[in-house]
Amino acid sequence: MVREFTLNEIWMILAGAQATLILSAIAFAGGGVFGLLVALLRTAPVRGLRTLAGGFIDFFQGTPMLLQLFLVFYGLPVFGVHVNVWVAAAVGLTLHAAAFLGEIWRGGIQAVPRGQSEAASALGLGYVDRMRHVVLPQALRMSFAPTIGFLVQLIKGTSLAAIIGFVELSRSAQIVSSATYKPLWAYGFAAVGYFLICFPLSRYAARLERRYAVAT
Amino acid sequence: MTYTFNFAALLPYWEIFLHGCLLTLALTALSTVLGLSLGMLTLLARRSRHAFLRAFGVSYVEIIRNTPFLVQVLFIFFGLPQLGLSLSPWAAAVAALSLNLGAFSAEIVRGGIDAIPRGQFEAGAALGLSPFQTFRHIVLKPAFRVIFPALSGQFVLLLLTTSIVSSISAEELTSVSQSIDSLTFRSFEVYIVATLLYLCMSLMFSTLFKAIDRACFSYPIK
Repeated sequence: MVREFTLNEIWMILAGAQATLILSAIAFAGGGVFGLLVALLRTAPVRGLRTLAGGFIDFFQGTPMLLQLFLVFYGLPVFGVHVNVWVAAAVGLTLHAAAFLGEIWRGGIQAVPRGQSEAASALGLGYVDRMRHVVLPQALRMSFAPTIGFLVQLIKGTSLAAIIGFVELSRSAQIVSSATYKPLWAYGFAAVGYFLICFPLSRYAARLERRYAVAT
Repeated sequence: MTYTFNFAALLPYWEIFLHGCLLTLALTALSTVLGLSLGMLTLLARRSRHAFLRAFGVSYVEIIRNTPFLVQVLFIFFGLPQLGLSLSPWAAAVAALSLNLGAFSAEIVRGGIDAIPRGQFEAGAALGLSPFQTFRHIVLKPAFRVIFPALSGQFVLLLLTTSIVSSISAEELTSVSQSIDSLTFRSFEVYIVATLLYLCMSLMFSTLFKAIDRACFSYPIK
């Protein structure tokens, strides 16, 4: 039976945005924690750690996000972990975000003038205090605009979770599309949903970037 | 861990994997040519005297940059036939990838030209150079220093994005991997191989572009 495309269907599609936002938030928070670790390892004084973090970043930047999700989805059961699409999507996107945020923040850490950490060492601060009170606050402020830019990428990336069966904005549009035979409207409204979330963030990132460019 | 890996089961399919890689590269190459042309047209539209063209250019770039590629490709393949425009999966994939690259490359090139201080253009004019000469001899190379790394990054991203067109069953590496998966039931192994093939392709291109960048656009050290 073909369903009519009514306000109800529009509502059904846009309700999928909730799962998109929650998944984005989980991946961004998880990616933030692990990303900080990746950034610190990537700039660590030990060569082996730098190589390890570099390999992690290169892998995630050099392979398609869709395949990363497939590997987690089909790979977790191999290690005896029961997969549900929430877990697979959250783990896949978190690892992806960790690599990209790690690379962005590595740039920030290396952009902090060397004298800053030398001065901190001269004052007798150890690695932890030096990072926590001197280097990271400056590094993270400098990388704030690209971080927001990546958040937009990540929100758009959550759409790929639809392909492994996670119901969010894109998947709910697919469901409505096949029930109503109105793919133009269904995907059109999904696009509007994403645009409403991403456009303000993109503008904010662009404004931050300009402000930073003026400040330097 | 009780799972035993069995990559040997995939050996008979190596030619199909290779074919998938070639299709992915063809898709990327075709979309790069069309996408860059579209990007240049967009840049012209954004610098046009007509407000309508400028608004069109801006809306195009912002709509593409702020919606996911998956939705774009589904819209083109499943949505447009509702308006009477039916495309084959491969044509829809090329259209979606080109539209995507068009928007991103327009933004990258604009950023590169904006990075040139105004004084450089003025200095060119003061020396009696024509706008074209100014562009050719003064603006082009420093602009490329900004544009080239960003554009080559975008190219690699495009190569990785092609995997998403498997969702409209356009033939490329990911979709052939899915068919091998359904023949062998060795999902994990199949996607490990496919992922490593993507990694090889993207590393190959990023290494090549880095070498070109160093040879052509690096600042003289002396």
